[in-house]
Amino acid sequence: MGKGMEGVLLTLAVAFYCVGTAGYLVFLIRDREEVHRAAWAVLMAGAICHGAAIALRSAAKGYLAVTSSPEALSFFAWFLVIAYLVLSLRLRLRILGSFVSPLAAVFMFGSTLLPASSIPSGPLFRSSWVVVHVATLFAANALFAVAFAAAIMYLLQERSIKQKRLGNLHSRLPSLERLDRINHICLLVGFPLMTVGLLTGFFYASTVWKSPWNWDPKEIFALLTWLIYAVLLHERLAVGWRGRRAAWLAIFGFSAVLVTFLGVNLLFKGHHSTFVG
Amino acid sequence: MEITLIGMNHKTAPVAVRERLAQVCRLDESPLEKVRQCPAVDELFYLSTCNRVEFLFTTANGPQALEQVKELMFGHLGLPGLQLESHLYVHHDLEAVRHLFRVASSLDSMVVGEPQILGQIKAAYREATQRKTVGVVLNRLLHKTFSVAKRVRTETNIGCHAVSISYAAVELARKIFGRLHDKRIMLVGAGEMAELGAQHLLAQRVRDMVVVNRTLERALELAARFGASTAPFENLLEALVDADIVISSTGSIDPIVTYRDLKPRMRRRKNRPLFFIDIAVPRDIDPEVNRLDNVYLYDIDDLQGIVDLNLTERRQEAQRAEHIIESETLRFQQWLQTLDVVPTIIALRRKAEAIRQAELKRTLSQLPDLGEREREAIAVLTDSILKKMLHDPIVFLKHKSGRESKRLFVDFTQQLFNLNEDRSSSASSLDSHER
Repeated sequence: MGKGMEGVLLTLAVAFYCVGTAGYLVFLIRDREEVHRAAWAVLMAGAICHGAAIALRSAAKGYLAVTSSPEALSFFAWFLVIAYLVLSLRLRLRILGSFVSPLAAVFMFGSTLLPASSIPSGPLFRSSWVVVHVATLFAANALFAVAFAAAIMYLLQERSIKQKRLGNLHSRLPSLERLDRINHICLLVGFPLMTVGLLTGFFYASTVWKSPWNWDPKEIFALLTWLIYAVLLHERLAVGWRGRRAAWLAIFGFSAVLVTFLGVNLLFKGHHSTFVG
Repeated sequence: MEITLIGMNHKTAPVAVRERLAQVCRLDESPLEKVRQCPAVDELFYLSTCNRVEFLFTTANGPQALEQVKELMFGHLGLPGLQLESHLYVHHDLEAVRHLFRVASSLDSMVVGEPQILGQIKAAYREATQRKTVGVVLNRLLHKTFSVAKRVRTETNIGCHAVSISYAAVELARKIFGRLHDKRIMLVGAGEMAELGAQHLLAQRVRDMVVVNRTLERALELAARFGASTAPFENLLEALVDADIVISSTGSIDPIVTYRDLKPRMRRRKNRPLFFIDIAVPRDIDPEVNRLDNVYLYDIDDLQGIVDLNLTERRQEAQRAEHIIESETLRFQQWLQTLDVVPTIIALRRKAEAIRQAELKRTLSQLPDLGEREREAIAVLTDSILKKMLHDPIVFLKHKSGRESKRLFVDFTQQLFNLNEDRSSSASSLDSHER
């Protein structure tokens, strides 16, 4: 974790996210407008502190600070919170916050626990390919995380309807069609973003290592993840998959995202660790 | 001043009388037009729905006003008093306030928690304000009623649970499909229950409906009523491909839709969700179909189960609502108590004003040369002296209004300023003064 001002901001952000998450969990149980408003505002405050911290660190380094696992995870949590805050204004689907905010809080916590290994900075990071690569993949991942949250909500709601046990959760969760649609849209937008992110990555790799494909663990897992989402998209569009199966596949896909994104950094040593330690 | 409520509802009136209530609530004419027939009544509010009628009034002369309002009610309902008398309930003061709060919060409704009643009370209140039959007390009481009802609705889950079978089915459909207006409903069989369910769905702005029945005649009749199309019974399975919600109520002994029928058709409908509401006994739809992805099947027992569960839930929520009403009733009582000191305050002001006017008249008649400006200045001067003089005693009285000892201070003030001579008139002039 950073020092001084940046450390204070990050701590504040973690605290805000935790309080916001608690608020959203209360909102899940009791449908009170003021609870939602407070939780939303707290998350917003967290996102502002968090954004400032990232900006400070990036300014100090001279490039976007996503070059270590904790940094990347923290950046991802920030993206997720921002994505939710923006979506909640447009979608009027406030209950989503009860599922997205815990995810962001967990990521944020994770980023403070992960070992920070710093990487000697170099001119490599300043290429505009890197910026496109990072931005599109993070956006895609944030969307997949939202899809993941919607899929969990779908499965909960579907189970209560199928088993005819309509509890409190049933009345708080939105309709199946709506949840499935969110899942669908996140996939429709996220998949092209992911594709662009991977292509720029490969292209950039070929300028650095002379070959776009080097059997690097990160590359292998990224391609697997892409394939999972490609299958999901195909089944959805061509075969008409929807509902429970699509939800499970969205959950599976996001697990693969997490493995690619974090697991590989932590468990394997490949050449991508030149960038993210 | 007292508040009285007189009325009857589905619990007190037998069916014969309720039928009359239902007729009366559709009439345009309002008994408020005839408020002149009740000279003892100060303020009057009237509520009529298909299973209740309530008259709420304030008066300084309780027994007389009660008789007059009863006459008004009997006349309005067009039934002899002898027949109605035994079904009436009469509530006074806090009891009346509590009753109104309970009615508005839908605790006294036939279907507890149903939301329409509040709207009906609001409409009735609008009517009363237009006819100017409500004043300070009832204005305050009705506004308080609206906020109590709103509080009950937001702080308890009393309105959240479907308590009729058709409503439970609609709620489920909304949890599956979200918006219903672009969905297609299929009625299989044409029983009364199916009709009821269809009506509820139509109320959700569903426009696309198809009726499938063994006898074409009945299908056509029903289709004409709902603006639906018909399909032959033999094509039932094919028609399933385009339907979203199926309400089934045939008299068939064997299932008319089975797992094996449906499985290939789900693929053809690209797995769009399909919701079966099976209200037939014996059941029309093979229970196995619920195992298919994106197919949801509820039979009559399932729906009844939800309704029973919701009723239990509602009863618990109703207890919490009663608690809210109890505390709000007490708060309204506190406000009412401040009213007890109001006649004294008015008498005090009136006496001071009378003295001022008399003295002004005398003084000005002795000073005929004064111009308009000077006269004005003297009037303003005397007025502000009075106001400042009376300010502290009035604040003191208002402050004491919630206390047990207020009687003492009211009497004391009346003796101190010798207000007793005009006290009897001030009590009844309170309402006209502030109206």
